[in-house]
Amino acid sequence: MNAKRYDKLATGLLYTIAGIVVLILLLLLGFIIIRGLPQLSWSFLTTPSRAFTAGGGIGIQLFNSIYLLILTMLISMPIALGASIYLNEYAKPGKVTSIIRTMIEILSSLPSVVVGLFGFLLFVVQFGLSFSILSGALALTVFNLPLLTRSIEDALKSISNDQRNGGLALGISKWETVTKIILPAAVPSIVSGLILSAGRVFGEAAALIYTAGQSAPALNFANWNPFDIDSPLNPMRPAETLAVHIWKINSEGIMPDSSAVSAGAAAVLIIVVLIFNLLARWIGRLLFKRLTAGS
Amino acid sequence: MQTKDRYIQQFDETQEMALTTKNLHIYYGDFEAISEADLQIPRFKITALIGASGSGKSTFLRSLNRMNDNVADVKGEIWYRDLNLNSKEIDVYAMRRQIGMVFQRPNPFPKSIYENITFALERHGITDKKELAERVETSLKQAALWEEVKDKLNQSALALSGGQAQRLCIARAIALQPDILLLDEPASALDPISTAQLEETLVNLKQHYTIVIVTHNLPQAARISDYTAHFSQGKVIEFNNTKETFTDPKVKLTNDYISGDFG
Repeated sequence: MNAKRYDKLATGLLYTIAGIVVLILLLLLGFIIIRGLPQLSWSFLTTPSRAFTAGGGIGIQLFNSIYLLILTMLISMPIALGASIYLNEYAKPGKVTSIIRTMIEILSSLPSVVVGLFGFLLFVVQFGLSFSILSGALALTVFNLPLLTRSIEDALKSISNDQRNGGLALGISKWETVTKIILPAAVPSIVSGLILSAGRVFGEAAALIYTAGQSAPALNFANWNPFDIDSPLNPMRPAETLAVHIWKINSEGIMPDSSAVSAGAAAVLIIVVLIFNLLARWIGRLLFKRLTAGS
Repeated sequence: MQTKDRYIQQFDETQEMALTTKNLHIYYGDFEAISEADLQIPRFKITALIGASGSGKSTFLRSLNRMNDNVADVKGEIWYRDLNLNSKEIDVYAMRRQIGMVFQRPNPFPKSIYENITFALERHGITDKKELAERVETSLKQAALWEEVKDKLNQSALALSGGQAQRLCIARAIALQPDILLLDEPASALDPISTAQLEETLVNLKQHYTIVIVTHNLPQAARISDYTAHFSQGKVIEFNNTKETFTDPKVKLTNDYISGDFG
Protein backbone atom coordinates (compact mmCIF):
# COMPACT_ATOMS: atom_id res chain seq x y z
CA MET A 1 0.00 0.00 0.00
CA ASN A 2 2.72 2.41 1.03
CA ALA A 3 4.94 1.49 -1.91
CA LYS A 4 2.06 2.13 -4.25
CA ARG A 5 1.44 5.59 -2.80
CA TYR A 6 5.11 6.52 -2.98
CA ASP A 7 5.19 5.39 -6.55
CA LYS A 8 2.19 7.54 -7.40
CA LEU A 9 3.72 10.52 -5.63
CA ALA A 10 7.07 10.13 -7.39
CA THR A 11 5.41 9.68 -10.78
CA GLY A 12 3.34 12.81 -10.22
CA LEU A 13 6.44 14.76 -9.22
CA LEU A 14 8.36 13.67 -12.31
CA TYR A 15 5.42 14.58 -14.53
CA THR A 16 5.31 18.03 -12.93
CA ILE A 17 9.03 18.61 -13.47
CA ALA A 18 8.80 17.53 -17.11
CA GLY A 19 5.74 19.75 -17.47
CA ILE A 20 7.64 22.77 -16.12
CA VAL A 21 10.40 22.25 -18.69
CA VAL A 22 7.88 22.09 -21.51
CA LEU A 23 6.01 25.11 -20.14
CA ILE A 24 9.16 27.25 -20.02
CA LEU A 25 9.94 26.39 -23.61
CA LEU A 26 6.40 27.07 -24.80
CA LEU A 27 6.25 30.41 -22.92
CA LEU A 28 9.55 31.49 -24.42
CA LEU A 29 8.64 30.45 -27.94
CA GLY A 30 5.13 31.88 -27.63
CA PHE A 31 6.37 35.21 -26.32
CA ILE A 32 8.97 35.66 -29.04
CA ILE A 33 6.79 34.46 -31.88
CA ILE A 34 3.63 36.35 -30.84
CA ARG A 35 5.61 39.56 -30.47
CA GLY A 36 7.63 39.06 -33.64
CA LEU A 37 5.19 37.49 -36.05
CA PRO A 38 3.23 40.72 -36.80
CA GLN A 39 6.50 42.39 -37.92
CA LEU A 40 7.26 39.72 -40.49
CA SER A 41 6.67 40.45 -44.13
CA TRP A 42 8.46 39.73 -47.36
CA SER A 43 9.99 43.20 -47.41
CA PHE A 44 11.15 42.86 -43.79
CA LEU A 45 12.96 39.65 -44.72
CA THR A 46 14.55 41.07 -47.86
CA THR A 47 15.30 44.79 -47.44
CA PRO A 48 18.47 46.15 -45.83
CA SER A 49 18.34 47.53 -42.31
CA ARG A 50 18.17 51.26 -41.62
CA ALA A 51 20.16 52.91 -38.86
CA PHE A 52 18.16 56.09 -38.26
CA THR A 53 14.71 55.78 -39.82
CA ALA A 54 11.85 53.34 -39.37
CA GLY A 55 10.91 50.64 -41.88
CA GLY A 56 14.25 48.82 -42.20
CA GLY A 57 14.49 45.07 -42.72
CA ILE A 58 16.94 42.29 -42.00
CA GLY A 59 17.67 41.08 -45.52
CA ILE A 60 21.42 41.45 -45.46
CA GLN A 61 21.76 40.06 -41.92
CA LEU A 62 19.71 37.03 -42.86
CA PHE A 63 21.85 36.41 -45.92
CA ASN A 64 25.03 36.91 -43.86
CA SER A 65 23.88 34.40 -41.27
CA ILE A 66 23.19 31.76 -43.91
CA TYR A 67 26.42 32.40 -45.81
CA LEU A 68 28.47 32.33 -42.62
CA LEU A 69 26.77 29.11 -41.60
CA ILE A 70 27.59 27.44 -44.90
CA LEU A 71 31.23 28.56 -44.78
CA THR A 72 31.57 27.41 -41.17
CA MET A 73 30.13 24.00 -42.00
CA LEU A 74 32.39 23.66 -45.06
CA ILE A 75 35.43 24.29 -42.88
CA SER A 76 34.44 22.36 -39.77
CA MET A 77 32.77 19.32 -41.31
CA PRO A 78 35.87 17.68 -42.88
CA ILE A 79 37.98 18.40 -39.80
CA ALA A 80 35.36 17.04 -37.41
CA LEU A 81 34.80 14.01 -39.61
CA GLY A 82 38.49 13.21 -39.73
CA ALA A 83 38.94 13.75 -36.01
CA SER A 84 35.99 11.58 -35.07
CA ILE A 85 36.95 8.77 -37.44
CA TYR A 86 40.43 8.83 -35.93
CA LEU A 87 39.16 8.88 -32.35
CA ASN A 88 36.50 6.22 -32.75
CA GLU A 89 38.03 3.85 -35.27
CA TYR A 90 41.80 4.17 -35.12
CA ALA A 91 42.94 5.67 -31.81
CA LYS A 92 44.15 3.07 -29.35
CA PRO A 93 43.15 3.67 -25.75
CA GLY A 94 46.07 5.35 -24.04
CA LYS A 95 47.61 8.58 -22.92
CA VAL A 96 47.60 10.41 -26.25
CA THR A 97 43.97 9.58 -26.96
CA SER A 98 42.84 10.64 -23.53
CA ILE A 99 44.76 13.91 -23.84
CA ILE A 100 43.05 14.59 -27.19
CA ARG A 101 39.66 13.86 -25.67
CA THR A 102 40.30 16.12 -22.70
CA MET A 103 41.37 18.92 -25.04
CA ILE A 104 38.21 18.57 -27.10
CA GLU A 105 36.14 18.73 -23.94
CA ILE A 106 37.93 21.86 -22.76
CA LEU A 107 37.47 23.44 -26.16
CA SER A 108 33.76 22.71 -26.05
CA SER A 109 33.37 24.29 -22.64
CA LEU A 110 35.06 27.58 -23.60
CA PRO A 111 32.58 30.47 -23.38
CA SER A 112 31.78 31.68 -26.88
CA VAL A 113 32.78 35.25 -26.06
CA VAL A 114 36.26 33.96 -25.20
CA VAL A 115 36.37 32.15 -28.53
CA GLY A 116 35.32 35.44 -30.15
CA LEU A 117 38.07 37.44 -28.49
CA PHE A 118 40.61 34.76 -29.33
CA GLY A 119 39.37 34.85 -32.92
CA PHE A 120 39.73 38.64 -32.90
CA LEU A 121 43.37 38.44 -31.79
CA LEU A 122 44.34 35.56 -34.05
CA PHE A 123 42.29 35.88 -37.24
CA VAL A 124 41.38 39.56 -37.31
CA VAL A 125 44.61 41.09 -35.99
CA GLN A 126 47.38 38.52 -36.37
CA PHE A 127 46.35 37.01 -39.70
CA GLY A 128 45.15 40.40 -40.92
CA LEU A 129 41.80 39.07 -42.07
CA SER A 130 40.08 42.11 -40.46
CA PHE A 131 36.39 42.00 -39.58
CA SER A 132 35.21 39.58 -42.20
CA ILE A 133 33.03 36.60 -42.91
CA LEU A 134 36.17 34.48 -43.07
CA SER A 135 37.30 35.58 -39.59
CA GLY A 136 33.79 34.86 -38.34
CA ALA A 137 33.66 31.45 -39.99
CA LEU A 138 37.04 30.51 -38.50
CA ALA A 139 35.96 31.61 -35.02
CA LEU A 140 32.71 29.69 -35.38
CA THR A 141 34.70 26.66 -36.51
CA VAL A 142 36.65 26.76 -33.25
CA PHE A 143 33.32 27.05 -31.43
CA ASN A 144 31.62 24.33 -33.46
CA LEU A 145 34.40 21.78 -33.91
CA PRO A 146 34.31 20.05 -30.52
CA LEU A 147 30.53 19.65 -30.55
CA LEU A 148 30.46 18.39 -34.10
CA THR A 149 33.35 16.00 -33.45
CA ARG A 150 31.56 14.64 -30.41
CA SER A 151 28.28 14.16 -32.23
CA ILE A 152 29.89 12.39 -35.21
CA GLU A 153 31.90 10.24 -32.85
CA ASP A 154 28.70 9.25 -31.03
CA ALA A 155 27.10 8.44 -34.37
CA LEU A 156 30.03 6.15 -35.27
CA LYS A 157 30.07 4.61 -31.82
CA SER A 158 26.42 3.64 -32.13
CA ILE A 159 27.24 1.35 -35.05
CA SER A 160 27.68 -2.18 -33.72
CA ASN A 161 31.14 -3.75 -33.69
CA ASP A 162 29.56 -6.71 -35.48
CA GLN A 163 29.54 -4.53 -38.59
CA ARG A 164 33.29 -3.82 -38.30
CA ASN A 165 34.03 -7.52 -37.78
CA GLY A 166 31.76 -8.36 -40.69
CA GLY A 167 33.75 -6.15 -43.03
CA LEU A 168 37.16 -7.28 -41.78
CA ALA A 169 36.19 -10.98 -41.95
CA LEU A 170 35.45 -10.56 -45.65
CA GLY A 171 38.99 -9.38 -46.23
CA ILE A 172 37.96 -5.77 -46.63
CA SER A 173 40.56 -3.29 -45.40
CA LYS A 174 39.91 -1.30 -42.28
CA TRP A 175 39.72 1.97 -44.19
CA GLU A 176 37.12 0.60 -46.60
CA THR A 177 35.19 -1.00 -43.77
CA VAL A 178 35.03 2.39 -42.07
CA THR A 179 34.25 4.47 -45.14
CA LYS A 180 31.96 2.06 -47.00
CA ILE A 181 30.12 0.28 -44.18
CA ILE A 182 30.37 2.20 -40.91
CA LEU A 183 30.13 5.73 -42.28
CA PRO A 184 27.08 5.14 -44.51
CA ALA A 185 25.34 3.36 -41.64
CA ALA A 186 26.05 6.39 -39.45
CA VAL A 187 25.00 9.00 -42.01
CA PRO A 188 21.48 9.53 -40.63
CA SER A 189 22.70 10.39 -37.15
CA ILE A 190 25.66 12.35 -38.54
CA VAL A 191 23.25 14.49 -40.56
CA SER A 192 21.03 14.99 -37.52
CA GLY A 193 24.04 16.12 -35.51
CA LEU A 194 25.17 18.38 -38.32
CA ILE A 195 21.81 20.13 -38.57
CA LEU A 196 21.51 20.52 -34.80
CA SER A 197 24.94 22.10 -34.61
CA ALA A 198 23.95 24.30 -37.56
CA GLY A 199 21.13 25.61 -35.38
CA ARG A 200 23.61 26.54 -32.66
CA VAL A 201 25.97 28.20 -35.14
CA PHE A 202 23.09 30.14 -36.68
CA GLY A 203 22.08 31.60 -33.34
CA GLU A 204 25.60 32.43 -32.13
CA ALA A 205 26.36 36.09 -31.48
CA ALA A 206 29.16 36.48 -28.95
CA ALA A 207 31.81 34.72 -31.03
CA LEU A 208 30.99 36.92 -34.02
CA ILE A 209 30.85 40.43 -32.56
CA TYR A 210 34.64 40.81 -32.72
CA THR A 211 35.27 38.64 -35.74
CA ALA A 212 32.60 39.03 -38.42
CA GLY A 213 31.97 42.56 -37.21
CA GLN A 214 28.90 44.60 -36.41
CA SER A 215 28.24 46.31 -39.69
CA ALA A 216 26.29 45.15 -42.70
CA PRO A 217 27.48 47.12 -45.71
CA ALA A 218 25.10 47.29 -48.64
CA LEU A 219 25.33 44.36 -51.02
CA ASN A 220 24.70 44.19 -54.71
CA PHE A 221 22.76 40.97 -55.17
CA ALA A 222 23.35 41.15 -58.90
CA ASN A 223 27.11 40.80 -58.47
CA TRP A 224 28.19 37.25 -57.65
CA ASN A 225 31.91 37.72 -58.22
CA PRO A 226 33.39 36.79 -54.84
CA PHE A 227 36.31 39.20 -55.34
CA ASP A 228 34.18 42.33 -55.59
CA ILE A 229 33.69 44.28 -52.40
CA ASP A 230 29.92 44.64 -52.78
CA SER A 231 29.38 41.01 -53.79
CA PRO A 232 27.33 38.92 -51.35
CA LEU A 233 29.85 36.09 -51.82
CA ASN A 234 32.92 38.13 -50.89
CA PRO A 235 34.26 36.38 -47.78
CA MET A 236 36.48 39.34 -46.86
CA ARG A 237 33.69 41.82 -46.17
CA PRO A 238 32.42 42.58 -42.67
CA ALA A 239 29.11 40.87 -42.05
CA GLU A 240 26.73 41.46 -39.21
CA THR A 241 24.58 38.37 -38.69
CA LEU A 242 21.00 38.15 -37.48
CA ALA A 243 21.95 37.25 -33.89
CA VAL A 244 24.53 40.05 -33.72
CA HIS A 245 21.97 42.44 -35.19
CA ILE A 246 19.49 41.61 -32.43
CA TRP A 247 22.15 42.18 -29.81
CA LYS A 248 23.17 45.45 -31.44
CA ILE A 249 19.77 47.09 -31.85
CA ASN A 250 18.86 46.14 -28.31
CA SER A 251 21.98 47.69 -26.87
CA GLU A 252 22.49 50.71 -29.10
CA GLY A 253 19.75 50.78 -31.73
CA ILE A 254 18.59 54.32 -32.48
CA MET A 255 16.03 53.70 -35.18
CA PRO A 256 12.52 54.66 -33.99
CA ASP A 257 11.13 51.16 -34.55
CA SER A 258 14.06 49.34 -32.94
CA SER A 259 11.91 47.23 -30.62
CA ALA A 260 9.71 46.08 -33.51
CA VAL A 261 12.74 45.21 -35.66
CA SER A 262 14.31 43.36 -32.76
CA ALA A 263 11.11 41.40 -32.10
CA GLY A 264 10.79 40.50 -35.76
CA ALA A 265 14.44 39.49 -36.07
CA ALA A 266 14.21 37.38 -32.91
CA ALA A 267 11.16 35.59 -34.29
CA VAL A 268 12.97 34.85 -37.55
CA LEU A 269 15.97 33.51 -35.64
CA ILE A 270 13.84 31.26 -33.44
CA ILE A 271 11.80 30.00 -36.38
CA VAL A 272 14.92 29.14 -38.39
CA VAL A 273 16.44 27.30 -35.44
CA LEU A 274 13.16 25.43 -34.94
CA ILE A 275 13.14 24.49 -38.61
CA PHE A 276 16.70 23.19 -38.23
CA ASN A 277 15.60 21.00 -35.33
CA LEU A 278 12.61 19.57 -37.13
CA LEU A 279 14.66 19.06 -40.31
CA ALA A 280 17.27 17.17 -38.30
CA ARG A 281 14.69 14.64 -37.14
CA TRP A 282 12.93 14.36 -40.46
CA ILE A 283 16.00 14.08 -42.68
CA GLY A 284 17.66 11.70 -40.22
CA ARG A 285 14.67 9.35 -40.37
CA LEU A 286 14.33 9.68 -44.14
CA LEU A 287 18.02 8.96 -44.73
CA PHE A 288 17.93 5.98 -42.43
CA LYS A 289 15.05 4.48 -44.40
CA ARG A 290 16.64 5.29 -47.73
CA LEU A 291 20.11 3.99 -46.86
CA THR A 292 19.06 0.80 -45.17
CA ALA A 293 16.55 -0.19 -47.84
CA GLY A 294 19.18 -0.49 -50.55
CA SER A 295 19.05 1.30 -53.85
CA MET B 1 38.01 -46.37 -21.44
CA GLN B 2 38.61 -42.96 -19.89
CA THR B 3 42.05 -43.29 -18.54
CA LYS B 4 43.96 -40.58 -20.39
CA ASP B 5 44.38 -36.88 -19.51
CA ARG B 6 44.67 -36.00 -23.13
CA TYR B 7 43.87 -37.74 -26.39
CA ILE B 8 44.68 -36.29 -29.79
CA GLN B 9 43.96 -38.40 -32.85
CA GLN B 10 46.85 -38.46 -35.32
CA PHE B 11 46.21 -38.53 -39.04
CA ASP B 12 48.24 -40.47 -41.53
CA GLU B 13 49.99 -38.58 -44.29
CA THR B 14 47.38 -39.20 -46.96
CA GLN B 15 44.82 -37.01 -45.19
CA GLU B 16 44.88 -33.51 -46.59
CA MET B 17 44.96 -30.77 -43.95
CA ALA B 18 43.32 -27.36 -44.23
CA LEU B 19 44.95 -25.85 -41.18
CA THR B 20 47.57 -26.97 -38.69
CA THR B 21 48.45 -25.14 -35.49
CA LYS B 22 51.76 -25.57 -33.71
CA ASN B 23 52.88 -24.31 -30.30
CA LEU B 24 49.97 -21.91 -30.16
CA HIS B 25 49.81 -19.63 -27.14
CA ILE B 26 47.30 -16.81 -26.93
CA TYR B 27 47.42 -14.12 -24.27
CA TYR B 28 45.05 -11.40 -23.16
CA GLY B 29 47.50 -9.21 -21.28
CA ASP B 30 48.99 -11.56 -18.68
CA PHE B 31 46.22 -14.11 -18.95
CA GLU B 32 47.04 -17.11 -21.09
CA ALA B 33 43.78 -18.04 -22.83
CA ILE B 34 45.28 -20.80 -24.98
CA SER B 35 48.27 -22.79 -23.79
CA GLU B 36 48.15 -26.05 -25.68
CA ALA B 37 46.18 -26.29 -28.89
CA ASP B 38 48.14 -28.19 -31.52
CA LEU B 39 45.42 -29.18 -33.93
CA GLN B 40 45.21 -30.60 -37.43
CA ILE B 41 42.05 -29.58 -39.21
CA PRO B 42 41.27 -31.89 -42.13
CA ARG B 43 40.15 -30.49 -45.46
CA PHE B 44 36.52 -30.75 -46.63
CA LYS B 45 35.35 -31.84 -43.20
CA ILE B 46 33.41 -30.16 -40.46
CA THR B 47 35.40 -29.81 -37.27
CA ALA B 48 33.47 -28.81 -34.16
CA LEU B 49 35.13 -26.99 -31.27
CA ILE B 50 33.29 -27.67 -28.02
CA GLY B 51 33.97 -26.80 -24.41
CA ALA B 52 32.68 -24.76 -21.51
CA SER B 53 32.50 -20.96 -21.69
CA GLY B 54 35.95 -19.49 -21.18
CA SER B 55 37.71 -22.64 -22.37
CA GLY B 56 39.34 -20.69 -25.20
CA LYS B 57 37.60 -22.21 -28.23
CA SER B 58 36.32 -18.90 -29.63
CA THR B 59 39.69 -17.26 -28.99
CA PHE B 60 41.33 -20.11 -30.88
CA LEU B 61 38.88 -19.82 -33.77
CA ARG B 62 39.26 -16.05 -34.09
CA SER B 63 43.03 -16.38 -34.17
CA LEU B 64 42.91 -18.68 -37.19
CA ASN B 65 42.09 -15.79 -39.56
CA ARG B 66 43.79 -13.16 -37.43
CA MET B 67 40.61 -11.52 -36.18
CA ASN B 68 42.37 -11.34 -32.83
CA ASP B 69 45.02 -8.90 -34.07
CA ASN B 70 45.01 -5.90 -31.73
CA VAL B 71 42.84 -7.83 -29.27
CA ALA B 72 45.02 -10.68 -28.10
CA ASP B 73 48.67 -11.59 -28.37
CA VAL B 74 49.02 -14.70 -30.51
CA LYS B 75 52.29 -16.68 -30.40
CA GLY B 76 53.07 -19.79 -32.39
CA GLU B 77 52.39 -21.06 -35.87
CA ILE B 78 49.22 -21.48 -37.91
CA TRP B 79 49.97 -23.36 -41.12
CA TYR B 80 47.77 -22.96 -44.15
CA ARG B 81 49.17 -24.68 -47.25
CA ASP B 82 52.83 -23.70 -46.94
CA LEU B 83 52.21 -20.38 -45.24
CA ASN B 84 52.49 -19.53 -41.58
CA LEU B 85 49.47 -17.26 -41.15
CA ASN B 86 50.73 -15.95 -37.85
CA SER B 87 53.64 -14.05 -39.32
CA LYS B 88 54.12 -10.38 -40.11
CA GLU B 89 54.51 -10.92 -43.86
CA ILE B 90 50.98 -12.25 -44.29
CA ASP B 91 48.54 -9.89 -46.03
CA VAL B 92 45.64 -10.42 -43.64
CA TYR B 93 43.10 -8.98 -46.08
CA ALA B 94 44.06 -11.37 -48.86
CA MET B 95 44.23 -14.23 -46.36
CA ARG B 96 40.72 -13.56 -45.02
CA ARG B 97 39.42 -13.90 -48.53
CA GLN B 98 40.51 -17.55 -48.31
CA ILE B 99 39.48 -18.02 -44.69
CA GLY B 100 36.08 -16.48 -44.09
CA MET B 101 34.21 -16.08 -40.83
CA VAL B 102 30.61 -15.98 -39.71
CA PHE B 103 29.73 -14.64 -36.30
CA GLN B 104 27.42 -15.45 -33.44
CA ARG B 105 24.98 -12.62 -34.13
CA PRO B 106 23.89 -12.25 -37.74
CA ASN B 107 25.49 -9.02 -38.99
CA PRO B 108 24.16 -8.17 -42.44
CA PHE B 109 25.29 -4.76 -43.65
CA PRO B 110 22.62 -2.05 -43.83
CA LYS B 111 22.46 -2.49 -47.59
CA SER B 112 20.28 -4.50 -49.94
CA ILE B 113 20.49 -8.30 -49.97
CA TYR B 114 22.24 -8.11 -53.36
CA GLU B 115 24.76 -5.51 -52.23
CA ASN B 116 25.52 -7.46 -49.08
CA ILE B 117 27.03 -10.13 -51.30
CA THR B 118 28.52 -7.98 -54.07
CA PHE B 119 30.11 -5.48 -51.70
CA ALA B 120 33.14 -7.56 -50.78
CA LEU B 121 33.40 -8.99 -54.31
CA GLU B 122 33.67 -5.49 -55.76
CA ARG B 123 36.26 -4.53 -53.17
CA HIS B 124 38.28 -7.54 -54.29
CA GLY B 125 38.18 -6.40 -57.89
CA ILE B 126 35.24 -8.34 -59.36
CA THR B 127 33.21 -5.73 -61.21
CA ASP B 128 31.76 -7.63 -64.17
CA LYS B 129 27.96 -7.32 -63.75
CA LYS B 130 27.26 -10.78 -65.11
CA GLU B 131 29.77 -12.50 -62.89
CA LEU B 132 28.49 -10.61 -59.84
CA ALA B 133 24.93 -11.72 -60.57
CA GLU B 134 26.10 -15.30 -60.99
CA ARG B 135 28.03 -15.28 -57.75
CA VAL B 136 25.03 -13.84 -55.90
CA GLU B 137 22.78 -16.58 -57.21
CA THR B 138 25.25 -19.40 -56.61
CA SER B 139 26.15 -18.33 -53.11
CA LEU B 140 22.52 -17.79 -52.10
CA LYS B 141 21.65 -21.23 -53.46
CA GLN B 142 24.55 -22.83 -51.60
CA ALA B 143 23.41 -21.09 -48.43
CA ALA B 144 19.84 -22.37 -49.08
CA LEU B 145 18.42 -18.86 -49.13
CA TRP B 146 17.84 -18.30 -52.84
CA GLU B 147 14.23 -19.49 -52.96
CA GLU B 148 13.24 -17.20 -50.11
CA VAL B 149 14.86 -14.01 -51.38
CA LYS B 150 15.18 -14.27 -55.17
CA ASP B 151 12.27 -11.86 -55.70
CA LYS B 152 13.47 -9.25 -53.25
CA LEU B 153 17.20 -9.00 -53.81
CA ASN B 154 16.99 -5.22 -53.81
CA GLN B 155 15.27 -5.02 -50.48
CA SER B 156 17.09 -4.20 -47.28
CA ALA B 157 18.90 -7.10 -45.67
CA LEU B 158 17.85 -5.72 -42.31
CA ALA B 159 14.29 -6.89 -42.96
CA LEU B 160 15.35 -10.57 -43.02
CA SER B 161 14.59 -12.87 -40.09
CA GLY B 162 17.48 -13.93 -37.85
CA GLY B 163 17.87 -17.29 -39.57
CA GLN B 164 17.71 -15.77 -43.05
CA ALA B 165 20.17 -13.04 -42.07
CA GLN B 166 22.61 -15.65 -40.78
CA ARG B 167 22.34 -17.64 -44.02
CA LEU B 168 22.91 -14.38 -45.92
CA CYS B 169 26.10 -13.89 -43.88
CA ILE B 170 27.18 -17.38 -44.91
CA ALA B 171 26.32 -16.63 -48.55
CA ARG B 172 28.29 -13.40 -48.28
CA ALA B 173 31.31 -15.34 -47.01
CA ILE B 174 31.16 -18.16 -49.58
CA ALA B 175 30.59 -15.75 -52.48
CA LEU B 176 34.30 -15.00 -52.13
CA GLN B 177 34.91 -18.71 -52.77
CA PRO B 178 37.12 -19.21 -49.74
CA ASP B 179 38.85 -22.43 -48.74
CA ILE B 180 37.82 -22.42 -45.15
CA LEU B 181 34.79 -21.15 -43.26
CA LEU B 182 35.11 -20.36 -39.57
CA LEU B 183 31.82 -20.17 -37.69
CA ASP B 184 31.55 -18.80 -34.17
CA GLU B 185 28.37 -20.21 -32.61
CA PRO B 186 26.42 -19.34 -35.74
CA ALA B 187 23.14 -20.83 -34.53
CA SER B 188 23.09 -19.59 -30.95
CA ALA B 189 20.81 -16.65 -31.77
CA LEU B 190 18.43 -18.69 -33.91
CA ASP B 191 15.21 -20.59 -33.25
CA PRO B 192 15.14 -24.42 -33.68
CA ILE B 193 13.71 -24.34 -37.21
CA SER B 194 16.29 -21.82 -38.46
CA THR B 195 18.97 -23.83 -36.69
CA ALA B 196 17.92 -27.00 -38.51
CA GLN B 197 18.03 -25.18 -41.86
CA LEU B 198 21.45 -23.77 -41.02
CA GLU B 199 22.79 -27.20 -40.10
CA GLU B 200 21.54 -28.66 -43.35
CA THR B 201 23.24 -25.82 -45.20
CA LEU B 202 26.54 -26.51 -43.45
CA VAL B 203 26.47 -30.22 -44.17
CA ASN B 204 25.91 -29.48 -47.87
CA LEU B 205 28.71 -26.92 -47.88
CA LYS B 206 31.42 -29.31 -46.78
CA GLN B 207 31.71 -30.70 -50.31
CA HIS B 208 33.44 -27.46 -51.25
CA TYR B 209 34.64 -25.96 -48.01
CA THR B 210 36.44 -26.85 -44.85
CA ILE B 211 34.29 -25.79 -41.93
CA VAL B 212 35.36 -25.11 -38.36
CA ILE B 213 32.47 -24.41 -36.03
CA VAL B 214 32.40 -23.37 -32.39
CA THR B 215 29.23 -24.53 -30.71
CA HIS B 216 27.72 -24.87 -27.26
CA ASN B 217 25.05 -27.10 -28.68
CA LEU B 218 26.44 -30.62 -28.21
CA PRO B 219 23.71 -32.44 -30.17
CA GLN B 220 24.50 -30.03 -33.00
CA ALA B 221 28.19 -30.92 -32.89
CA ALA B 222 27.24 -34.60 -32.87
CA ARG B 223 24.83 -34.18 -35.78
CA ILE B 224 26.91 -32.21 -38.24
CA SER B 225 30.61 -32.55 -37.49
CA ASP B 226 33.14 -35.13 -38.62
CA TYR B 227 35.71 -34.29 -35.97
CA THR B 228 35.37 -32.77 -32.53
CA ALA B 229 37.93 -30.96 -30.43
CA HIS B 230 37.17 -30.52 -26.76
CA PHE B 231 38.70 -27.43 -25.17
CA SER B 232 39.18 -27.11 -21.46
CA GLN B 233 40.98 -24.26 -19.72
CA GLY B 234 42.98 -23.22 -22.75
CA LYS B 235 43.97 -26.73 -23.81
CA VAL B 236 42.66 -29.15 -26.36
CA ILE B 237 42.19 -32.21 -24.19
CA GLU B 238 40.51 -34.45 -26.72
CA PHE B 239 40.44 -34.51 -30.49
CA ASN B 240 38.91 -37.40 -32.34
CA ASN B 241 36.33 -38.24 -34.92
CA THR B 242 32.96 -37.06 -33.69
CA LYS B 243 31.35 -40.46 -33.42
CA GLU B 244 33.99 -41.75 -31.07
CA THR B 245 34.16 -38.55 -29.07
CA PHE B 246 30.48 -38.78 -28.28
CA THR B 247 30.14 -42.54 -27.88
CA ASP B 248 33.49 -43.50 -26.43
CA PRO B 249 35.38 -40.49 -25.07
CA LYS B 250 38.95 -41.24 -24.09
CA VAL B 251 39.29 -38.48 -21.50
CA LYS B 252 37.23 -38.31 -18.34
CA LEU B 253 36.67 -34.54 -18.56
CA THR B 254 35.20 -34.99 -22.03
CA ASN B 255 32.90 -37.69 -20.77
CA ASP B 256 31.82 -35.41 -17.92
CA TYR B 257 31.24 -32.52 -20.28
CA ILE B 258 29.19 -34.35 -22.88
CA SER B 259 27.13 -36.14 -20.27
CA GLY B 260 26.50 -32.90 -18.42
CA ASP B 261 28.30 -34.05 -15.28
CA PHE B 262 30.44 -31.19 -14.02
CA GLY B 263 30.48 -32.21 -10.34
